[in-house]
Formats: sequence, structure tokens, C-alpha cells
Amino acid sequence: MDSITPNIIAEHGLSAEEYDKILDILGRPPNLTELGVFSVMWSEHCSYKSSKKWLKTLPTEGPRVICGPGENAGVVDIGDGLAAIFKMESHNHPSFIEPYQGAATGVGGILRDVFTMGARPIANMNALRFGRPGHPKTRHLVSGVVAGIGGYGNCVGVPTVGGECEFHESYDGNILVNAMTVGIARSDRIFYSAATGAGNSVVYVGSKTGRDGIHGATMASAEFNDDSEEKRPTVQVGDPFTEKLLIEACLELMETDCIVAIQDMGAAGLTSSSFEMASKGGVGVELDLDAVPAREAGMTAYEFLLSESQERMLMVLKPGSEETARKVFDKWELDFAVVGHLTDSGRMVVKMNGAVEADLPIDPLALASPEYDRPWVPSSPLPEIAAADVTPPESLMGALKTILGAPDMCSKRWIWEQYDHLVMSDTVIRPGGDAALVRVQDTEKGLAITTDCTPRYCQADPLEGGRQAVAEAWRNITAIGAVPLAITDNMNFGNPERPTIMGQFVGAIEGISEACNALEFPVVSGNVSFYNETAGEAILPTPAIGAIGLIEDCATAVGIGFRDEGAAIILIGDTAGHLGQSIYLRDIEGREEGAPPPVDLAAERANGDFVRRLIQDGAASACHDLSDGGLLVALAEMALADGIGACIEDHSGDLPPHAWAYGEDQGRYLVTAQDAGPVLSAAIAAGVTALVIGRTVGDALTFAGETAAIDELRRIFEAWLPGYMGAA
Amino acid sequence: MKSAVIVFPGSNRERDMVMALRAAFGAAPAEVWHTETQLPETDLIVIPGGFSYGDYLRAGCMAAQSPVIRAVHEAAEKGVAVLGVCNGFQVLCETGLLPGALMRNAGLKFICKDVHLRVENPASVFLGGYRAGDVMRVPVAHHDGNYFADTETLDKLEGEGLVAVRYCDAGGKVTDEANPNGSQRSIAGIYNDKLNVLGMMPHPEDAVEELTCGTGGKALFDGVAAALAGAA
Repeated sequence: MDSITPNIIAEHGLSAEEYDKILDILGRPPNLTELGVFSVMWSEHCSYKSSKKWLKTLPTEGPRVICGPGENAGVVDIGDGLAAIFKMESHNHPSFIEPYQGAATGVGGILRDVFTMGARPIANMNALRFGRPGHPKTRHLVSGVVAGIGGYGNCVGVPTVGGECEFHESYDGNILVNAMTVGIARSDRIFYSAATGAGNSVVYVGSKTGRDGIHGATMASAEFNDDSEEKRPTVQVGDPFTEKLLIEACLELMETDCIVAIQDMGAAGLTSSSFEMASKGGVGVELDLDAVPAREAGMTAYEFLLSESQERMLMVLKPGSEETARKVFDKWELDFAVVGHLTDSGRMVVKMNGAVEADLPIDPLALASPEYDRPWVPSSPLPEIAAADVTPPESLMGALKTILGAPDMCSKRWIWEQYDHLVMSDTVIRPGGDAALVRVQDTEKGLAITTDCTPRYCQADPLEGGRQAVAEAWRNITAIGAVPLAITDNMNFGNPERPTIMGQFVGAIEGISEACNALEFPVVSGNVSFYNETAGEAILPTPAIGAIGLIEDCATAVGIGFRDEGAAIILIGDTAGHLGQSIYLRDIEGREEGAPPPVDLAAERANGDFVRRLIQDGAASACHDLSDGGLLVALAEMALADGIGACIEDHSGDLPPHAWAYGEDQGRYLVTAQDAGPVLSAAIAAGVTALVIGRTVGDALTFAGETAAIDELRRIFEAWLPGYMGAA
Repeated sequence: MKSAVIVFPGSNRERDMVMALRAAFGAAPAEVWHTETQLPETDLIVIPGGFSYGDYLRAGCMAAQSPVIRAVHEAAEKGVAVLGVCNGFQVLCETGLLPGALMRNAGLKFICKDVHLRVENPASVFLGGYRAGDVMRVPVAHHDGNYFADTETLDKLEGEGLVAVRYCDAGGKVTDEANPNGSQRSIAGIYNDKLNVLGMMPHPEDAVEELTCGTGGKALFDGVAAALAGAA
């Protein structure tokens, strides 16, 4: 037996205190295999030891919630016996080390989380954040990540219907790749992971186990340093073809009555899945590693247990159903092996070549994993920036052209045209709008899907930024006419052992909680990614919010594009001209300063409910929420979408014109209607601010006396990303 | 009037195709698993899009060796209509039912977007719903759609009216800018000599509904249904 030295303990990412706890639990020193199991199960990635305390404070219940956090994904009732199952998850560290495979396996992993529960995946999304464009690695990372997401999603045949992509120097050494999958299941056929029934077979299906990805979870729980390139062997390799077969085989088996419990083998592979299943069901498990399909000979127990080979699932079957199940996997030409059985011992016993390689008590290891109350300090508030203290541009339209041609605000067509966003024939609203809309097969219903976060707001004020991320997601769902249902949160932060970082996390959680409560928008799944920092430089706090909404009839949805000429353009919500942390301040003035715009959740709710009703009543022909870049950028996006222009009068009133044009006040929408009268009276009745600011007309955008042709704006809007990526 | 859709491991647009056929034919097609050696009685065989066998060796290459392909060959020789879309077109080229090959897109990237197609020769069971010169708007979604054949083959295709559809702009003009993948002579779809086999890269099956991708491809399915009903 190998002796466990302090060095080996440290290499496994375990603290001295944690090792003492292991000795307590076992009453003896662990062997190397057992130590490896503790290492991954207690890694930040698997145990949420730094975040658990705070995650518990999030609102997770609501009338439509069937299953909240704790399972593979969240489940929400969408009526007529159907449920939407969704989650967003990060694959940040692997994507930085090996962008194609890191991003591809991120998509594969989140797909498995969703179909594990019985859902057919119907849409993928992704939220990407890269370093500054001038950083020598950025172009390579964008290219690899986008190709990886496309390569996987396109092959499995699930449409990738949108997302976001931003650039900032804080991500130079730690990019963010957050992938989200949404699926549909029958609400009486949801599959869970709790293993029950001593004696029941434990079955392994999917790809064979190789040596790839060993210690991926541990790697994702540490900061990067200059040796990070050497961590490439910890990144898994994806096989979307096998994933496609696995989806079909699992869904086919789920039509039968064979499955007691099912769980994908994600981070920490066989260890994590068997522990979680046994722990949730209060049973023990005995595994025979000789039965595990292996890609190569000579693998050790340590390697079998810690491999993160992709496209694998673990199931517990009902007695006597093994042959029925085997036939399904034979048809799809996938490995199928009975690798063990459940016991009533409460222990996980792992055997190989007749010897016991690990014998661990399940509950102390899985449930009693460490939980830390890490010290934190709140972020210091930044001063408000008065609009009068921000230099006006020489020309409002000139500033618009600069903003539309800049990395964050330009068209991301170069990215989403590499994703098959149409397969399955149910994509109603394609990428590039507020939320994507995907019809639920064989119904008129649709799911609205979006991902949102404004990291520069979160950096300036984590609490306000947390509120804003949720509010913007809620607004984007609303802007197509859908009812917001629930969110998944993907919390990307730096090193939680630093009180300032932990303070950002705590603030963001608090903001998210407040917004979720005010907007009745519960959190049903999520993921935490800490240690996104390199050489002490952390990323901007990035609590990415993935959200879904429901529309009963897809035909009633509206897009952002102006639909017809002569329509009144109506601004909903109050404009205060807030320029602190705005795109204008950053991209025109070069200042990342000030407090972010405050989010008034009551106004947010009132304005959104009003806009949604307008759309559902057929009173609005187009709608767009105001966010990054404010009013003028939103108008330009509406004009660019379908090539219809607008003429907007100056309604700046007491505000400086550039604050009116570029202020990022929250809770606002633009809607169009041929007849503004009824909209304005309804707004008065609802106590909502509504102002007609102009009309749709022609093929140019005129704003407060300045004009730009849509064709010119389009050239600018579409130019930056292909130009950047082509200039290799 | 019956149709059949061949399903390989890795096919992923078979459902899109089944929906389009069901709408046009009034009955769902038979779905035939790749291991079958016999086809059900059918008037139309469709090989749908996707990544058969992951397209790992070469797009369509492994599928062309599947047991069911022999039956497809025999049916084609007897004159049964065979339509291959996207991966289906790649499979038909690999089986030799159609000449040429689909190479990696000229831009080297997967591309998913709407394109316009000009109908070059509507005189087949497939394109009777269009007239020559008609322009249809349908999406493409592929990584390997760059049609290649030697000059002799291309001249023969053009000379004998075997080019079915070409990429063009919204006005029907064939230009380099409108060619999304570098295909030789902007070829998007071709027939075999007897005009009963059509392979095309774009996806008419995804363009049969106003709500989603518009109805640019609907006349293809309605046309096939009408032609086969007339022939029956």
C-alpha cells in the first residue's frame, strides 16, 4: 500500500484539516485510491464547500417548480403534462487550457445533465467571455471555443439558439465558457438520481473509460499559474456521435419501466455519480471495476474511479430488467455493463482483481463534506457619476457608430452562424434578438430562452449587479411576450479564499435573491465556478443568469425588428440618464467608473407586466428591452434587424442629450404600435411611464436631427468580429 | 403514396424530414433503420441530414457501407425516387448514386444561414412545384457542402440538365458572394442521369412553415406528393 505523505495530500488539493477529517471518518489512513476519491468529492467543484452556505439562501420554490437545485438539472411545469428541464454550467478552466475540447465537452456535459432526467434536449445556449481582443491568446481561444461548441452541438442535432459574447482584460487568463441546455419531458416521467433497492443492479452505459480527465474537478478548483498549459491531460475529449447515440438510447429506455435511478458521469466520473446516487437513496454500493468497459489495458482502480471520460451514464435498474435494457444499448452500439449492485451497508466497496481497492462510508463522505463560512468583505460603493460630468460626444450618431463597431456591442453573427440553430425545425426566434424562442414539439407552445449578466456592473456593485442580471433576463423573456418561469445561475468568480472575492459572491447572491423574489423567478439549478484567477488577478464577478419563459402560442411572439413603416415608437419606463458604468462611458470616454444603474424591482415588475400584456393582446408589433448602450443602441438594433428605419425626436428635456441617448437606466423597453393611443391610455391606467418618441420610416435612423443610413450602420455592426477573426 | 426515411446512427434531421413529409403526404413516412436489408414498399426514399457515424472518417462514407444502402441502390435502379439532403447528399455521392464529392466548406467553418436557390431544372418528380428560374429561400447547415467534380463531370451535369439547383442571390443571380461554401459552379443540388435521384445540401424540410424558417421549401414536398400521386 502506498504511504500517504503530506506532499501527496497537498497534490490532491486537500488541506491538513481536511485530511484529519478523513482520518476521523475512516478511523485509519486512506490508501491512495481512497484519497483520490476524497480529493474529488471534496473539491470545490463537487462539494460547493465555499458557496453552500450562501446558495441555501436563494429562493428555489414556486408554483411551477417540480424540482429545484440538487438534482442534475431544474424542472419546471409548463402545463399540458409537460415539463421544461434546464441548467447552465461552466467549463472555464478546461476551455482555457484546450479551447475546442474544453468547450465541446462543456456542451456534452450539460446535455447529459438534462437528458439524464428524461428530457429530450431542444435548445442550447452559451455565455462566453474572453480576454481583451489585443491579448495574444484571445483570437485562438475564440476560434477554438466557438468551433468546439459548434462541433459538439451541431453533431448531436440540438439547435444552439443564442447566447452572449464579451471581451474584457480581466478574462485574459481565465475565459468563461458557460453552456446551457433546455429540454422537454413529460411531467410524470422525470428521472431522478436517488438509488434504491438493495440488490438492484448498477449498470454502466456509454463510452469506455480511459485515462482522460483524471483530476479535472480538482484542476477546476485551483487558480492558474504559468504551468497551466501542462494541465492539458486533465481536459477530456468529447465524442458527440456517441453522445447522440446515448441520448437516443437513454430516451428509448426511459419509455420502458426499467430505470430506478440514473445519473451522468460528469466531473469526478464514476466516483461522483455512484456516491451521489447511493447517498441520495441512503444505500450502499459495491462496484466491480473488472466489469467497467475500459479503453486501454492496465488501468488502476485510482484511474477508473477518477477518470472523466465523457459520454458515460450510471443507472440502477429494476430487478430482472437488465436484458430489456441491454437490447436497447446493443441497438445503439453502446457499451452496457452490470458493474455492481446496491447494498444495505451504507458503504461504497470497490473491488478489482478480487481485492478491495476502496471501502468508504458514503454519508460522511458525501453529505458531511466540508462547508466553509469564508470571511468576506463587502465591496466599497463607487461614487455616482453625474451626466453633467461626462463629456458629450461631438456627434451622437458618431458615438453610435463607434459603439456598434466595438467588440462587445457588434454583431455576433460570425459566432452563431457556426452553430446549427435550426435543426429540429422548431426555432421561431433565432439568435441576435432579446430571447430565442423554440417551439415545444407538436404543440403551439414555445420556450423563451436567454442568458444575461453585466459583469462591469457586478464589479462596481455586486448586489446591484446581481439584481440587474436577473432583471435583464426577466426583461428579455418578457420582451418577446413570454411569461418568465425560472432561472439557472452560473456563478463565475475568483478565489473565494480572498475576502474581497467572497464579498463579491455574497453580494451577487443577495442581489439575485432579491430580484428572484420580487419577480417570482425562482432559481431551479446552478453551478459555481471559483478560482477564475491567474497570478492573483481575478475576473470581473460574473453571475451569468440563464432563464426560460413560456409562451402559450408562438404565433403571438414579437421580435426586436421594426415590422412596418409608420408605427409609433414608444419608450416604456423612466429615463434618468444614468451614465455610470455605461457602455458610452467605457467605449467613448475610456472610463470604467462609477456606480451602476440602480434596479427598481417594483418598477421593473410593473413595466414588464405591462409590456407583456401589450404583446399578448396583439397591441405591439415589435419590442426590445433597453440594456447595454441604452436608447440609441436599442433603436439601432431594432432598425438593423429588418432594415426599416426610424425618425426619433429629441425628448431629452432637462437631460444632456448624450445621457438621454446612452443612459442605461433599467426597467425600460421600446415597443412599436400602429396606433399609439390605446397603448398610452393603458400605460396611464397601469401607472407606467410611456412616451411616443418617434415613428418607423424609410431606410435610415434619424435621432435628434442626426441621420445614419441603416446600410452604413449594418456594415459597421457586422464588420468587427469577422475582421478580427480573419486578421490572423 | 408512401415514403420512407432511412435512419443511421448519427442522423439528426430525420424528424424534420418526417414532419415535412407527413404534412405533404398526409401520412407519416416509414422510418427504416440502417441495418435493414429490405425496404418497405415505397414511392420515395429519403436520406436525411445529420452526422451519420459522426462523419468521423469522411462525411457519408461509413453510412454508404450500411446494409440498407444496397436496397436503396436497387430501388433507385428500378426508378424509385430517392432524395438525399445534406448528409444524405454526401451519402449518395459516397455510394456512387450521384457523381462528385462534398468537400469542406471553402471558409473551413460550419455554416448555418438562409440561402437562395435558383431552380435550374424543374423537370423531375422533385421540383415540379417550381418553374425554371424560380428562387427559393431555404437554410443551409453544414461543414462539408463544397461540391466538387472534375470538369468533364461538371460539363456533363450542366449539358444534360442534371444541375437541379444553384446558390444565387435574392434576385436569382448566381454570384460568388451568394455561394456559401465554394461549390463548383455554385451547384447546390444535382440529379442522376434518370432524374429520379436528387441530392442537395440545403434543407427544404426546415422551410415548410411561416412560423419557423418560412415556406421556401414547401413546394418541393407538395410537388413530390403531387407527382407521385399522379404517377400512382
